[in-house]
Amino acid sequence: MTVHANPLTARLDGPSPAVQVALDIVKRGLIAAPVLVLGGAALWGTDGAASVAYGLAIVLANFALAAALIAWSSRISLALLMATTLFGFLIRLALIFLAVWLVQDASWVNFVALGLTIIVSHLGLLFWEMRYVSASLAFPGLKPSGS
Amino acid sequence: MSMLASVAQQGIELAQEVNADDLKAIEGAGSAGFAYGLAAIGPGIGIGYLVGQAVQAMARQPESAGQVQTTMFLGIAFTEALALIGFVVFILLKFV
Repeated sequence: MTVHANPLTARLDGPSPAVQVALDIVKRGLIAAPVLVLGGAALWGTDGAASVAYGLAIVLANFALAAALIAWSSRISLALLMATTLFGFLIRLALIFLAVWLVQDASWVNFVALGLTIIVSHLGLLFWEMRYVSASLAFPGLKPSGS
Repeated sequence: MSMLASVAQQGIELAQEVNADDLKAIEGAGSAGFAYGLAAIGPGIGIGYLVGQAVQAMARQPESAGQVQTTMFLGIAFTEALALIGFVVFILLKFV
């Protein structure tokens, strides 16, 4: 990864680590999805399972969109990265609201299951990923084990 | 003068039509929206500060840009969790 010196046009070339982290999170989310959906089905029935699946899809799409915005803007300039990250935060919050608003009258939606899934899966996936990223930062020469 | 009286009379009639349940629903929606807005302010400030410092770090030490960007992404996601908690409180207040 190289950085160009001009502060206004400084940009990052090469593959974005944010995309790699987001892809790892999405993979782990897909691994955890069956367990979460089964848990939702056990607690709230079919509606709970559908709501958990929908909530998990929202969280994973949110991670992917955040990484895509960072990767796209950092290739153009660091100033754009700053702006995109801050306004991207607002846009992503609005998109999450829109995703929930669209299903507010759906018969299958269970808002308790949906809300809990959004919080638990977001934080759970982050802590899961952080375990590997922490190891990479502390020991850059070591590749974390797959377990 | 008579026009003002007419408008006031219409206002009184409208207020009489709005019952207590409607008022409660309006107050609930307003409170939920206000709480969601408040919950988004803190993370917004946090993300702005975080990314500003990360950009400064990348400009000062280009060789560590990869590590900084990784840490920045995780920091953004953790800060955003606060906003998501506020959002979930909002949907629980609004829709449940």
